[in-house]
Amino acid sequence: MERIKRLKCAFAGAVAGLGLALAIPQPVSAAGGAVEIERQQWTFGGLFGYFDQAQLQRGFKVYYNVCASCHSMNLLYYRNLSQPGGPEFSEEQMKAIAASVEVTAGPNDDGEMFTRPGLPTDRFKAPYENEKAAAAANNGVAPPDLSVIAKARTIERDAAWYMFPVNLISDLATQYQEQGPDYIYALLTGYVDPPEGFELSSGAHYNRVYPGHQIAMPNVLSDDIVEYGDGTPQTAEQYARDVTAFLMWAAEPKLEERKQLGLKVIIYLIILSLLLYLSKRALWRNIEH
Amino acid sequence: MAHQSTYQPKTAFTRWLDTRLPIIRFMYDSIVTFPTPRNLTYLWTFGGILTFCLLVQIVTGIILAMHYAPHVDHAFNSIEHLMRDVNYGWLMRYTHAVGASMFFLAVYIHMFRGLYYGSYKAPREVLWILGVIILFLMIATAFMGYSLPWGQMSFWAVTVITNLFSSLDSIIPGLGTTLVQCIWGGFAVDNATLNRLFSLHYLLPFIIAGVVGLHIWALHVPGNNNPTGVDIKDVKKEAIPFHPYYTVKDVFAIAVFAVLFAYLVFYAPNYLGHADNYIPANPLQTPPHIVPEWYFLPFYAILRAIPDKLGGVIAMVGAIVILFFIPWLDTSRVRSTSYRPIYKWFFWLFVFTCLALGYLGAKPAEGWYVVASQVFTAYYFLHFLVVMPVVGIIETPRPLPSSVAETIYGRETGAGPQPQAVPAE
Repeated sequence: MERIKRLKCAFAGAVAGLGLALAIPQPVSAAGGAVEIERQQWTFGGLFGYFDQAQLQRGFKVYYNVCASCHSMNLLYYRNLSQPGGPEFSEEQMKAIAASVEVTAGPNDDGEMFTRPGLPTDRFKAPYENEKAAAAANNGVAPPDLSVIAKARTIERDAAWYMFPVNLISDLATQYQEQGPDYIYALLTGYVDPPEGFELSSGAHYNRVYPGHQIAMPNVLSDDIVEYGDGTPQTAEQYARDVTAFLMWAAEPKLEERKQLGLKVIIYLIILSLLLYLSKRALWRNIEH
Repeated sequence: MAHQSTYQPKTAFTRWLDTRLPIIRFMYDSIVTFPTPRNLTYLWTFGGILTFCLLVQIVTGIILAMHYAPHVDHAFNSIEHLMRDVNYGWLMRYTHAVGASMFFLAVYIHMFRGLYYGSYKAPREVLWILGVIILFLMIATAFMGYSLPWGQMSFWAVTVITNLFSSLDSIIPGLGTTLVQCIWGGFAVDNATLNRLFSLHYLLPFIIAGVVGLHIWALHVPGNNNPTGVDIKDVKKEAIPFHPYYTVKDVFAIAVFAVLFAYLVFYAPNYLGHADNYIPANPLQTPPHIVPEWYFLPFYAILRAIPDKLGGVIAMVGAIVILFFIPWLDTSRVRSTSYRPIYKWFFWLFVFTCLALGYLGAKPAEGWYVVASQVFTAYYFLHFLVVMPVVGIIETPRPLPSSVAETIYGRETGAGPQPQAVPAE
């Protein structure tokens, strides 16, 4: 028992030490080595993560006005926009957003399809009829659906083998679970001029962060393309930040509920463990072992 | 160890039941009065932890199955529907996914405990073999479960692993291909495959539960091993009733395990997974790196270490099959590695080998990763086929204690009456 206690203390100390040492934003490298993707500060990161409603509303505006012309978001419904834990538009705002698009519905009693304004129960309207239409309009590659893209992307560390356990423990101790959003933010702000002598294929754009550096998507974010109206700077960098936060919510609408419940559950379990430990000690004190 | 049943039914109903189906007597003898060595460490709590994991997986799995659609066009979206619209669906899903990882973490610790303390040695050979059978079933279940979300990794993992059977073509031409198409239910991995993977994934955990019952039965015949590896001789001095001492210790260990489990479920639910599995399966697009979940990485490294396809399959399956033979490969007369100074080094080298193979399994098969995989694969098999038989014979073990009582009470066994453990009511 003593040896186990000492081991546990040593381990906890090591984790705490690592956690303190690595709590500062770290550059992490992407696949293929050498590309540095900085760890960003997000409101939804960490044990007490939450979504900033204003940021999500701005991010939705960017998605709606810029991204939605090429990217679908088929897993979201308009009613999600007014549900707790998200952008939390009011009922009227959400209904107005839904009604601002025309969706195909039916068949009616004559057997015909018809169009009508959107309802809260409709999915987000996709820009193209189907995959093939999306690919045909975009150089043969359909723009990916954005519903879970913040969880479908990550950052690969090109670290030496002995750094593997260090990175693993530091990620868990510093609660670094936002590799997806960091990658997306870096990609959206990563449209730079190609280096000297770089051969760019036709139809491709140079991106610092994309694997292979040649991405089919052009740079769509530039200053003042979306009207914010609440005083937030209308810079491309701000658009990238807000739309990334929105994409994280779209991928994980239950994030706030999950982290809040998690805190309660873990505190409960720690207290339970303590009580059980004291019971165990009390029982075992009376016997030779 | 089989002991006299002291169960006394107290009510008319329990007396009536006891003469017709003595199930309460059976439960009482197994988990209340069962004599358990006093000197067990926390490494012995993982059996209880594993039972907890199995129950969690079954309960969350049954609830998930109420909302999941096992069709290639609907599987991915049905899971997203679960995550977004089903009340606490996200909790069920994340608990089930993280639960699989926790299940394997616990089973590997449980197995390494068995290897270290010689718990596989006579008379517990069948206990060990039943455990390896459970491991095989767990591997099959986890593999099939991972395919169900029908993400990119799901699809390509099924494609890679089922295609391995086609290596049998080099033994009997056509056999492998026929077998693979039989497994697929068609000429490619498609809806028929997904549907049958779901059916079998639902079935296997109940078979695991049955084998776990046999596993506990096989344990209860000789009784638990203990850290000294020396048999219990005096039940009163060296053992205590399972309840309340080990029930409270096991529940405490489960609570601590649950803290880690909860931390991952609520704060890092996707960390042990792969981002590519959030991309819907696309048979026309192969991911740049196909990797299994972490608990399969050592076997994946062994598979890729052998340049020949059939050889790799034989090595990968052999890596688990060889575990069946450990009770006969180890020639040591002493059970516990605590008293085996030479073997101890090899044991920790084996642990390092398994960790190294796990790391290498996630790396692309290029450069020094290939050589390293081959070196560690070689040691993996050498450990069982050479180290275990040879070291057991040539080693001089440290002197064993004369009894478990000596390690508990010290040498002065004539020091008056010892406090008795009293079974709880």
